[in-house]
Amino acid sequence: MQNWIDAYSWINIRFLLQGLEITILISVISVVLSFIFGSVLGIIRYAKIPYFSRIIGFIIDVIRNLPLLLIIFFTYFGLPAFGFKPDTIPAAILAMTVFESMMIAEIIRSGILAVDIGQMEASRAMGMKMGQAMWHVVLPQAYKKMIPALVSQFISLIKDTSLATIIVVPELMQHGQVVYGQNPNYIIPVFVAMAIMYFVVCYALSLLSKVIDRRMA
Amino acid sequence: MIKLLVDNWSAFISGFGWTVLSSLLALFFSLIIGSLFAILEVMPSKVARVIGNVYVEVFRNIPLLVITMFFYLVITLYVVKINGFTAGTIGLTIYTSAFIAETVRSGINSVDVGQMEAARAQGMTFWQAMQNVVLPQAFKLVIPPLGNQFINLVKNSSVLAFVAGFDLMYQGNAIASTTFETVNTYVVVGLFYLVITLPISYYMQHLERKLA
Repeated sequence: MQNWIDAYSWINIRFLLQGLEITILISVISVVLSFIFGSVLGIIRYAKIPYFSRIIGFIIDVIRNLPLLLIIFFTYFGLPAFGFKPDTIPAAILAMTVFESMMIAEIIRSGILAVDIGQMEASRAMGMKMGQAMWHVVLPQAYKKMIPALVSQFISLIKDTSLATIIVVPELMQHGQVVYGQNPNYIIPVFVAMAIMYFVVCYALSLLSKVIDRRMA
Repeated sequence: MIKLLVDNWSAFISGFGWTVLSSLLALFFSLIIGSLFAILEVMPSKVARVIGNVYVEVFRNIPLLVITMFFYLVITLYVVKINGFTAGTIGLTIYTSAFIAETVRSGINSVDVGQMEAARAQGMTFWQAMQNVVLPQAFKLVIPPLGNQFINLVKNSSVLAFVAGFDLMYQGNAIASTTFETVNTYVVVGLFYLVITLPISYYMQHLERKLA
């Protein structure tokens, strides 16, 4: 019992919470960037531009099917060979953004495909250009359908930031390792605390997504 | 790059083998555990549903790395000395089983409820009806999402590198740090992963299109 009380001293908990802050910061920046790049890539793939869409599609499939951990390693240890040496947090954000953009691109594309083709045809028949029809008619409906998939992708992104501990990004997992590194008796309490922190953030998001989904339906 | 591949061929292949083995073991066990929890979630008993739900929600919302490291450290410290491969595979199994439970549950729910009722009306017990009538239909529906789970599993098996699980990622890091050819090594490691994941991914896309 004493171990738990010692492990949960305010200094340790505050340190873990500071890690959580970095975790959330990295997740939010990455998800915003990935959403923008992912939308562009998804629309390009959907638009079936000769050759270009195919090439983009292949790149999406390749990166999507690689482990994120490999991409993190590549960003941090591989890029310096090309003369670009990012710091740990930017490297983590870059790696997460590259990976998540591809995941989101696929969600966007299948979301657009799920919108009835008649919507696009009707808008075109009304005299809208392809881009206008996409922006005003198809995308708003597509994004609505994609909310659950996008939120669950965001949840996996938050969980995946823990992998960035391998390049010593000061996020929650890393701070946890620092705390239980002081004393092996802290291992179980610290893991319980970390699990609760991740769980609260991720579960709250999944509940939020359910509420939004029900409102929209 | 070819020289690097030839020089370290045995390390790459052994890493690849351990990655495949870990993924297959975790798939096998998480299918069993996942299906059991999926059934718990649709059982008439409220207690069973709560247990199923808690398991799924807890392990779906905690990072795989936290689960894996926990088992690696805690089992080694308090129970029995296990190697990184075993700990990693246990972590993978538990994490993946929560996702498989969710997939199988939605498969069961999309089987018409009349199937269960008809089977029960014929005098079958809940388990008989589940096993002989509902599950065979549910599994057919969930094959494409299960394929995607397997792809995730192969990718996620890279966390074995954190616990020295001899897998592809672990070997890749060892090779990168001895040869200093980081870019080439990671490209080769990536190609090894793609050999497994890309064909499955394309096959699943094909299957989804055919079923739709």
